[in-house]
Amino acid sequence: MRASNKTVVVRVGGEGGEGTITLGDLFTRIAAYSGLDIYSFRTYPAEIRGGQVMYQTRLGTKRVMTEGDEANVLVAMNQQAWIDEHEDLCRNAALVYEAHLALPAEGHQRYPITAEQIAQDLDWPRGKNFIFLGALLWFFRLEVEAAEQTVRQRMRRHVESLEKNLAALHRGYRHARETYPEPFPFTLQATEATEERIILSGADAMALGALAAGCQFYAGYPITPATPIMESLARYLPAFDGTLIQVEDEIAAINSAIGAAFAGQRAMTATSGPGLSLMIEGLGLASMAEIPLVLVNVQRAGPSTGLPTKTSQGDLFLALYGGHGDAPRFVLAPDSVKDCYFQMIYAFSLAEYYQMPVIVLSDQAMASRQETTPLPGAPWNGPLERWVPSAEELASDYRRYAYSEQGISPMAHPGIPGGMYLAESLEHNEYGYPNQNPETHQRMMQKRANKVETARRMLSEWRMTSRRWGDRGAPFGIIGWGSTRGAVREAMDAIHAQGIPIEAIYPHTLLPMPDRAIVDFISTKRAILVPELNFSGQFGRMIEHRYYRDLDELNIHIYHCKKEQGVPFKIHEIYDATMAMVDEEHELWRQEHGELANIYNTILRIRDEQRQSKKGDRCG
Amino acid sequence: MNSANPRKVTVVVEQTTADYKSAVKPIWCPGCGDYAVLTALMRAFKHLDLAKENIAIASGIGCSSRFPAFLNTYGIHGLHGRALPLATGIKLGRPETTVLAVGGDGDGFSIGGGHIPHAARRNVDITYIVMDNSIYGMTKGQPSPTSPQGIVTRAAPYGTQERPLNPLLMTLSYDASFVARCFSGKVKEMTDVLMAALQHPGFALIQVLSPCVTYYNTYKHYRQVTGPLPEDHDPSDRLAAMALAMDTTTQHLGIFYQDPERSVYSHRVKKVQAHTGEMTLYEIFERLKC
Repeated sequence: MRASNKTVVVRVGGEGGEGTITLGDLFTRIAAYSGLDIYSFRTYPAEIRGGQVMYQTRLGTKRVMTEGDEANVLVAMNQQAWIDEHEDLCRNAALVYEAHLALPAEGHQRYPITAEQIAQDLDWPRGKNFIFLGALLWFFRLEVEAAEQTVRQRMRRHVESLEKNLAALHRGYRHARETYPEPFPFTLQATEATEERIILSGADAMALGALAAGCQFYAGYPITPATPIMESLARYLPAFDGTLIQVEDEIAAINSAIGAAFAGQRAMTATSGPGLSLMIEGLGLASMAEIPLVLVNVQRAGPSTGLPTKTSQGDLFLALYGGHGDAPRFVLAPDSVKDCYFQMIYAFSLAEYYQMPVIVLSDQAMASRQETTPLPGAPWNGPLERWVPSAEELASDYRRYAYSEQGISPMAHPGIPGGMYLAESLEHNEYGYPNQNPETHQRMMQKRANKVETARRMLSEWRMTSRRWGDRGAPFGIIGWGSTRGAVREAMDAIHAQGIPIEAIYPHTLLPMPDRAIVDFISTKRAILVPELNFSGQFGRMIEHRYYRDLDELNIHIYHCKKEQGVPFKIHEIYDATMAMVDEEHELWRQEHGELANIYNTILRIRDEQRQSKKGDRCG
Repeated sequence: MNSANPRKVTVVVEQTTADYKSAVKPIWCPGCGDYAVLTALMRAFKHLDLAKENIAIASGIGCSSRFPAFLNTYGIHGLHGRALPLATGIKLGRPETTVLAVGGDGDGFSIGGGHIPHAARRNVDITYIVMDNSIYGMTKGQPSPTSPQGIVTRAAPYGTQERPLNPLLMTLSYDASFVARCFSGKVKEMTDVLMAALQHPGFALIQVLSPCVTYYNTYKHYRQVTGPLPEDHDPSDRLAAMALAMDTTTQHLGIFYQDPERSVYSHRVKKVQAHTGEMTLYEIFERLKC
């Protein structure tokens, strides 16, 4: 949508298990290595084999913020790919497809590839995806030798099939070159890279963020889509003298992590919705016994088993409020792959410094996508350490849970002489021993709650608490959280281009909310859109509830933009919802201002006409 | 007592049992079997001359799970059934610590029963003491997984319908590397077994027959049916141990099974760490560059 950044959306569809994801993934990497920026998205069924798979990647000459909307290029490996995707294509899209498929493709450009025939000639029926990969290399004019290196590197464990697949790749490349020698309409020219870039998935970003934060212990249980975090740490953590253990269930995972943290380690676990439900009791223990813990929740669509491989933001309320009793915790929400890395560092800082559980909310779309991103620099702050008592502090009546206004008290661990204490899940006194006096309970509840308030004050000094951008002080606003930011950002560019001033804020700490920043933002607004990927509009309800006084006094309208379909927002969905909000607000304004509005009406009509004439193909 | 595991004899005893005691008075009823376990364990600590700061005890929920509060060591009183995962985390987080898990039969064999096989197969170096009174005491007398079939309790006014578990047979079949049974009526023997368990490198489960005087007083019964293991029992013979665990006439006391040679989980973790060598974040980023 931004003229300065030419982007192309490539979508690959095929049967699960026939290498569709491999094709998409390899193509994405090869494009990234060639200097293009990439942003990929995948949707796949919960079954390992069978079911339709879709892999979408958006290529750009500059930083790409979303996977894009309609596809410019559709690679259809089977008929189903056409059936599923043909309504979601740009005009004049390029169709690269298996030659024997019958595609009624009026209005598009056809590039049939005889992949099955070539695969038969090569006596390698499994090589179809590599034949398509070869063809794509030609279409995008990517260097085939460099691509071969990437394939060799990525597929080195598949010794028996590697050479056959490479042969298929070269045949596909030659076939496309001979059949379609003319220029391909969507070839992009990579610009010379000005900064160092890496290819990173959200899951890897979280694992690396954990390592950067000094994580020493991980306990986890496999669950889609959080498992890649465990797999990544399984590889790296031992090299950082850390321990990773795959335990028998999520309950064991959180309790083992709590045990390790009690023993003085920086510990974490990661899971998805159903696992978080099981961990809630453990979360309460970490909160009550004041034990540092980082818990990553990679959200998937629920309730119950739900849509295990599809994305959602439906666990917000569970993360914020889940558990019996008032159990303070922090909740962080990274809003990009790169931000996943930094939020993990902040999460460990908060967990250790405040001796509390920290939930980091990611989601399937963000965890499993690949993105080119600049090499992350140093974190803005931290990592902070926990308060381990000194010998002097231990010598003078050491109280593990000493009451203080700040709420933070010194935490010894096994191995420290004189620091012996009891970490209690029962209400306890300052020494940690069980105590159920009414006053003790009230006071200890206050102590634990004070930590959140101390953090609220501290965090207001930190730059990490929210991200605000757009037209400063604009009457129209967007408040969102998490991975929807990319779509919002691109939609806002388009809205701004229509002459409508718009501004957005994305809080990174959802608990505690950066109230000052939010109130500062909303107080300049007339109407605010709250886009989120869940059914009931949890975040919007939280905003309405928390800031009702400001919203009411200043007569600010909240517009919910909810979507619970298992897939991320499209840019145009945010665009359309925002425009609908703008139109409704104008209508209200007209009603409120009567005669005066007639003059304004004329101005608007002229602008609307201009807007209509500018509104072209969204695929830009 | 156990020739397969010659015990180190500590000559200089610097700690006294009172050193391990906390200021908190146990909540247990007078006559509760758990007092004997507390005494035996403090004596075992003393005999082994363990430093208080190097001991960590994890527990779940129940009368016996209040145990850590009564000791002047590091302790964590956690969630119902989750003593073993906590202990696993502590041991792996700080391997030089002597780590114990304690709790009752409801905590260990009912709600937390799923954790025992995994602690056993990992062979994490944890001493797990299950104080088995065959009743839920803290909630005032409901049947537990080891209650005999047919006992009448408030939650089973017409008698329980389930057959009891056989905890030792179960643990032996999980191939735990140390399996023993003690009785609260025999503190001296218990102290010896606990010392052996604490010195055993690996996962040790000790079932202590620890009667609940208030809701299910079994002292008299256990005095009648318990007896030592046969003199010629070889603790390295798992099948023989299983046969003894299935003995319906005598509840044998002592070390049923022990495999002191088996590798310990935290050592294996160390090996993996040594094998992977050092790595920096910068090196990982280098690999991801494009």
